[in-house]
Amino acid sequence: MNRQLLWAGMMVLAAWASATPGLVQAAERAEDLYKTYCWQCHGMQGDGNGINVRDMPVQPRDHTDPREMAARSDEELFTAIKKGGQAINKSVLMPPWDGVLSDEEIHALVRYLRRLCQCRHGG
Amino acid sequence: MKSLFSLACIALFLAAPPSPALAGGDGMALLKSECSACHNLTGPAPTTLAELWARKGPDLFYAGNKYRPEWLEQWLQNPRRIRPAGMFYGNHIKPGPEHDLIDKSTLKPHPRLGPADARAVTAALMTLKAKSELIRPGEYKPGRISIAMGDLMFDKFRGCLACHEIEPGYGGLSGPEVYTVARRLQADYLISYMRNPQAWDPRIFMPNKHLKERDLQKFVHYFRALSEEDAP
Repeated sequence: MNRQLLWAGMMVLAAWASATPGLVQAAERAEDLYKTYCWQCHGMQGDGNGINVRDMPVQPRDHTDPREMAARSDEELFTAIKKGGQAINKSVLMPPWDGVLSDEEIHALVRYLRRLCQCRHGG
Repeated sequence: MKSLFSLACIALFLAAPPSPALAGGDGMALLKSECSACHNLTGPAPTTLAELWARKGPDLFYAGNKYRPEWLEQWLQNPRRIRPAGMFYGNHIKPGPEHDLIDKSTLKPHPRLGPADARAVTAALMTLKAKSELIRPGEYKPGRISIAMGDLMFDKFRGCLACHEIEPGYGGLSGPEVYTVARRLQADYLISYMRNPQAWDPRIFMPNKHLKERDLQKFVHYFRALSEEDAP
């Protein structure tokens, strides 16, 4: 009986993991996630000057600017990454990354952004 | 001295006629012997970032569901870059005075095939049809949209211009150009890929924009209009 329960639990867990981006494999390092998904617009230095900015009407956020970054809470940053800029009334150019990043990876990215700006919300 | 030798090698490569190693008609044998070092012919797609970064050319194990064969055959004979910053842009950029720039010295040209090999390789590629379950044959229903309306959708409403060029020299550089995409790729594949890029390529740096079904159709109308405008 216990064995059947364990088996059923494993099946449920496997189904949940396969339906959740980023959980089918181990979570990646925040630095590597940032390089892969964020560099293209926010730049190698995180200063908002990626290769894509040439024809953009709105400058991507400078993640190294403590004044700008301190104005956003961790929850807002999480929402902007997960659901896109429009979810916090910012630019449509910031896309939603929920299709490829797990919540765990997005939380790691938020912590990485705090390291880049060397700041925290409100101060 | 080393750089002189490299330059000489590149010059020889560019001047050379189509590779004699590719003479022959067995496309699958050519694919395996000449292409598999840079292209994944068997799957699966990268599931880690390290694998994503290491990818040198597009995965080809679903080429038969992706490419338009008439375009592929021509392109193999006269290849030109489609992704301005290479397969993974992060490997081909450098800091610039105003913003990051593409480091063209890191980008390598694609080998050029002769007509017979291009035909044979194309035929072989069209047999590679992994992930067919993601394709709904005939899903795209041809229609029209003005370039102006398409521009609005692609740029202002959805922000896709951030990563893709809609004409030579205008748009983002980390993704493939879209002004030729309707000539290059099958319409049903385009719809499926835009619906869920990660279903094809789990770690790809194209976001799922959660496009509505009717917008998926309009985007392909737009790509067709762009391709007509850009027609050679």
